[in-house]
Amino acid sequence: MNPLGAVLLIPLIGFFILLFLPRESKASFAVALIATLAAFFTSLTLIAPANAASGHFSSTVDRLWVDTPGLRIHLHLGVDGINLWLVILTTLLLPIAVWISQTMIKERHKNFYALLLLFEFGLIGVFSALDLFIFYVFWEVALVPMYLMVGSWGSARRGPAAVKFFVYTMLGSVLMLASIIYLYTEAGSFDYVDIMNAVNSGRVMFSPTQQMLLFLGFFAAFAVKVPIFPLHTWLPDTYTEAPVPATFLLAAVMSKMGAYGLLRYCLPLVPTGAHRCSDWIAALAITGIVYGALIALIQRNLKRLIAYSSISHLGFVVLGIFTFSQQGADGAVYQMIAHGISTGALFLLVGYLEERRGSLDIADFGGIATPAPALATVFLIALFASVGLPTLCNFIGEYLILQGAALTQFSWAAWAAIGVVLSAAYMLWMYQRTFLGKTEAATGFLDLTRRDWVPVLPLIALMIWLGSYTQSFMPPISSATSRLLEETTVNNQYRVQLTMPSAVPAAEVVDAH
Amino acid sequence: MPIDIQIAAADYLRFLPEIILTVFGIVIMMLEAVTPEGSKKSFLGGIAVLGIVLAFVANIGAFTDAGIAFQNMLIVDGYGTFFRGLVLVVGFLCVLASFNYLEREGAQSGEYYALILFSLVGQCILATSNDLIMVFIGLEISSIATYILAGYLRDDRRNNESALKYFLLGSFATAFLLYGIAWTYGLIGSTNLEEIRRVLSVGERPSVLAGLAAALMFVGFGFKVSVVPFQMWAPDVYQGAAAPVSAFMSAGPKAAAFAVFFRVFMTSFRPLNDRWIWLVWGCALATMIIGNFAALLQTNVKRLLGYSSIAHAGYVLVALTASSQIGVAAAMFYLASYALMNIGAFIVISHIAARNERYVKIEDLAGLGRREPATAALLAVFVFSLIGVPLTGGFFGKFYVFQAALSSHLVWLTVLGLVNSAIAAYYYLKIVVAIYMHEPSEAMTALPPPSLGLRVAIWASALGTLFLGIFPGTLLGFASYSAAAFR
Repeated sequence: MNPLGAVLLIPLIGFFILLFLPRESKASFAVALIATLAAFFTSLTLIAPANAASGHFSSTVDRLWVDTPGLRIHLHLGVDGINLWLVILTTLLLPIAVWISQTMIKERHKNFYALLLLFEFGLIGVFSALDLFIFYVFWEVALVPMYLMVGSWGSARRGPAAVKFFVYTMLGSVLMLASIIYLYTEAGSFDYVDIMNAVNSGRVMFSPTQQMLLFLGFFAAFAVKVPIFPLHTWLPDTYTEAPVPATFLLAAVMSKMGAYGLLRYCLPLVPTGAHRCSDWIAALAITGIVYGALIALIQRNLKRLIAYSSISHLGFVVLGIFTFSQQGADGAVYQMIAHGISTGALFLLVGYLEERRGSLDIADFGGIATPAPALATVFLIALFASVGLPTLCNFIGEYLILQGAALTQFSWAAWAAIGVVLSAAYMLWMYQRTFLGKTEAATGFLDLTRRDWVPVLPLIALMIWLGSYTQSFMPPISSATSRLLEETTVNNQYRVQLTMPSAVPAAEVVDAH
Repeated sequence: MPIDIQIAAADYLRFLPEIILTVFGIVIMMLEAVTPEGSKKSFLGGIAVLGIVLAFVANIGAFTDAGIAFQNMLIVDGYGTFFRGLVLVVGFLCVLASFNYLEREGAQSGEYYALILFSLVGQCILATSNDLIMVFIGLEISSIATYILAGYLRDDRRNNESALKYFLLGSFATAFLLYGIAWTYGLIGSTNLEEIRRVLSVGERPSVLAGLAAALMFVGFGFKVSVVPFQMWAPDVYQGAAAPVSAFMSAGPKAAAFAVFFRVFMTSFRPLNDRWIWLVWGCALATMIIGNFAALLQTNVKRLLGYSSIAHAGYVLVALTASSQIGVAAAMFYLASYALMNIGAFIVISHIAARNERYVKIEDLAGLGRREPATAALLAVFVFSLIGVPLTGGFFGKFYVFQAALSSHLVWLTVLGLVNSAIAAYYYLKIVVAIYMHEPSEAMTALPPPSLGLRVAIWASALGTLFLGIFPGTLLGFASYSAAAFR
């Protein structure tokens, strides 16, 4: 069987096994852990073919799902350098989420694990889909279990937060659905590769107005999901109210859905629309970077603080994508992975703090570095990674993005750099108030147990690995992004040369004029 | 003029489902009369189920010999067969869900089942009618039975209000329809749908008068399918009637009325397309908006579903606005998935409502997830399908409708419709929030386990909803094949 198909199916099989287990079965944890680990190890076999495919899709699955006159939908999946690491990031973080759920979730464990597996199914589908219809289906499939997790296991104001999350996302995604249907009526296919070929060869052309509408439709969905300022208002509520395993996944992987969509679909499919809006979007991204950081400075709740820092960091990803440069795109992809690991780790550690203290107010902490040195140390490492200290993961991504931005427009880089400085400020200040100082209340604060170390170690190791040896990860990313940017450029030029014969490559056309 | 009527055996075969339903309905009434007072009467419901199943088989049998029947009065084609099958499925599910309900309310009797069968007869005729006279007859048979069903619990004031409202407004609307038919006949000289189309497409008749006739009929149909501005009755009637009856009314008669609505406007008045399309455009948008926004404010689940059914009628009208074969196929698929999910939701509500329907507020659903995880999960499936989340029938229905609209270049209607469907998520989610995110309510503590019939009905609707969402190809294929007849 195709490994990608297996990675997608294993969580689904686990989900169905869990459904048929008795309500408070002890086996449910084992089933969930085995399923997620199996998916993880299977997903590792995707790396070699993706490296070899140099920017093309590998491990593809292509099955016909619906075939009626007027509607053909393929279950078309595949990975290249852009989504390879996102798929692996997902499969890596899910076992961790299952692991921490055993203690951090207090009741109805079986249902929670089942939803986690369904979520993994949806997320892997989103990242590996090569058919727009399938993409949309998985997009929504990932939303429902997350909504239920937030709403059923979250803290006091979970209900309104969950509904806000769902409706916000839905409002964006129906506009994307409109764009997808419109593309289908024009191009006659949902298949990403088919549409790309049609656009490349000039068989399908969109006028600037059409491109603009299509772009805005897609952008609405992705911008809400990232989220891009000013569509971020659902995020702090949702992140704060959600149970820790759900926040962990929301921040670490779900926020990548939007950024991935922008890169994969918005750029090459509707390049003119993307180019025309790029100034605005870059401005919004930079606003998000600075705004998120400023609001993070004044937060009193740990989860909320990291939530706002997340808005700030994701602004970098969006900025990188809309520089249309090699460095920017590479950096954006790298930053997605790095942010997934560093922010994921921060939320995880915050979860440990909440478990121990029963509160998340910074004011309730202080001086816990003395009784809990290990916890303080790993927290500091994750914090430095998040701030962007060299040799840790975020540095590479942010550096590349800033370089790409500087090459495109220097002022963008200058403004965005403010965010880097601010992030050091709010993070270190938070660390100081939480871990340092002297408080009597800190005595007896439990350090990391052996069980707690299990999910922390791989994350810390990856932060260092990603930050110090990019060669393990970057080559497939670069080859895929360069291909994608080339297609974007070619499609954009085609669009400008409306009257040109269809089969001539873009380079020649440019020369001819 | 001497009339030579010859009726072939094939005519009876094509009309067999209606014949079976009528015979079973009469038999049930007879048996009711001879059953001693005080003995158990639920076996009458069993007979009704048998009748519906046989009619369903006959419906498929009739399709193997498709064609026109009774001097072009009826037409058995893929489209008619589809809707006949659909209303029979609706009837089947509602009868299954009614056993327990009637037992609980102490209103078990044969009349109820007989009325459902008669109502189904009318709807089957509507689905296959090929002549305006048959449209009228079918509509009346269906409506009169439904009026009585709406007021079936005669000691209940809400039931009475519901029936009276439905009856008064319904007869008024039927009068409009009949007037429209009369105009059409006066203008064209025929009531046959194809004949009207032929005459109108020649263009000799003044199109203003024909348009007026079409408008009068639009009022009649619009009332039956609860389109704005003829939607006022729907929430009151659905709220007041017994829950299984509301389930039936919101799915069966509505699907049949839509079936004939589409057939008349896509054949007879197709030549006047450019005149009525903007009217339908506006009504579709208004229906979606008013249905959804009014539903946002509701606290009674039955009323909420009443408004939601208005909104869904709006989505189906979008398919009519597309005025294409894809549009017809989309409407067919939409109505099928809507019937399943809506009936499912109503049945779960009827289960929780308890005697005299005390518990029909949203907060009464609180804690269902803990008390009855299976029922709660199925209700969640129905709700997510009503929202239009992928892998449920509701999603494909919506997708197909809006695809049809975009293929007909209705960009704004599509965008506004889709935004509407996202807003609708807000009130549907209130139900999910209640069942999973709140502590069990008073209603939950006394909730008896669902009876067998109820469980079968809920599971069948849920599996059907999921099937349409995961394997839509089969039904979609049949729908597009049938829609190809509307050239």
